[in-house]
Amino acid sequence: MKIDPIHQFNIEPLFTLGHIGNHTIAFTNSSLFMLIAVLLIALLMLASGRELVPGRLQSVAEISYEFVATTIRSTAGSEGMKFFPLIFSLFMFLCVSNLVGVIPYTFTIASHLIVTAALALLVFFTVLIYGVYKNGLKFFSIFVPQGVPVYILPLVMFIEVLSFFLRPVSHSVRLFANMLAGHIALKVFAGFVAMLGFSLGALGWVGGVLPLALTIALYALELLVAFLQAYVFAILTCIYLNDAIHPGH
Amino acid sequence: MAESHGEAKGQKAGAHTETDGGHHGGAFPPFDSSNFASQLVSLAIAFVALYLIVSRIALPRVGGTIDARQNKIEGDLAEAQKLKDESDAALKAYETELANARANAQAIGNETREKLNAASEAERKALEEKLAAKLADAEKQIATTRTNAMSNVRGIAADAAGAIVQQLAGVTPDANAVNSAVDASLKG
Repeated sequence: MKIDPIHQFNIEPLFTLGHIGNHTIAFTNSSLFMLIAVLLIALLMLASGRELVPGRLQSVAEISYEFVATTIRSTAGSEGMKFFPLIFSLFMFLCVSNLVGVIPYTFTIASHLIVTAALALLVFFTVLIYGVYKNGLKFFSIFVPQGVPVYILPLVMFIEVLSFFLRPVSHSVRLFANMLAGHIALKVFAGFVAMLGFSLGALGWVGGVLPLALTIALYALELLVAFLQAYVFAILTCIYLNDAIHPGH
Repeated sequence: MAESHGEAKGQKAGAHTETDGGHHGGAFPPFDSSNFASQLVSLAIAFVALYLIVSRIALPRVGGTIDARQNKIEGDLAEAQKLKDESDAALKAYETELANARANAQAIGNETREKLNAASEAERKALEEKLAAKLADAEKQIATTRTNAMSNVRGIAADAAGAIVQQLAGVTPDANAVNSAVDASLKG
């Protein structure tokens, strides 16, 4: 039996939606899982009750709300609440799709760089456009740190500008690489269990215990990573937006 | 981070060259640019839909529920505080009332006591006066009786003196001389 850890990332067109130029736009398994994530979030946020004393589902919805709201307030101040819907959407979309993605035989949306890059660029341009719209040229003062000696200022400014424009890269690759690597590792270790069991018979069953234990441990880790990377993506978005809101800091 | 980034770039370049040959020809799926358009379109649709649902319906709804609960809790606390203040005020009013009543009762008691004292004093005085009058009467009567008795004594003494003189001298003395002699003797 051959281990194919890459197969889980294949994009399978389910049906064709149309054409843009010479690109075929298909409804793929990726689209399906995006739809599932949106539906799950809508279900969580809309089907939960509005009781004074919340039930379990309502508690989850309210905890998500409070969690994201607290994150924004602590990193970008109360002015950051303007972007609450955006950050909430990003966080919930990534968190739900990552958690769905850890279930075997599902597809992980964030394991494709194009998706994470698109979301990171969305954040990048939101920061850039809102920063210039709100602060004008003062926005670019984020590139000029205060209290730096004049003779190394050009170098510092160069680094600041470079790091600003590399933000979408690190922002997207961090999420993408974490999800990709985690899923590959999980698949490889799970594959070992099956391979040992099929090829070595009874001895393989005994030998498979170790990779099985590792798979379970990795699975727990992946559950954590699924949530954590969504949180990291959201909190970085808040920090970047804080630059646009308060460029003086 | 930098390492995975560099690796990703390298693989991206590789994927590009491979996809030139044909789709799904062993290319690493995340870098297969043939399905980028599909993914971007579905991501755009899904994310815009999610954003609209979240910003228009979900967040106002959940936020409203949380605010309503907060208001309810604050309202209940304010109500409890109000009731507590009311009960405190009632307690204070009750205590004031009680103190007033107590003072009133004391005043009434004092007044009654004074009135009774005055009445008994008056009664006592009247009685004393009556007794004093009686005493004076009695003294007067005693004096009269005594005077009468004394005049009787004088008569008896005069008679006795006359009788004694007659017995001794055999002569009936002059009544006036006996009287003046008795009077002198009584005076002396």
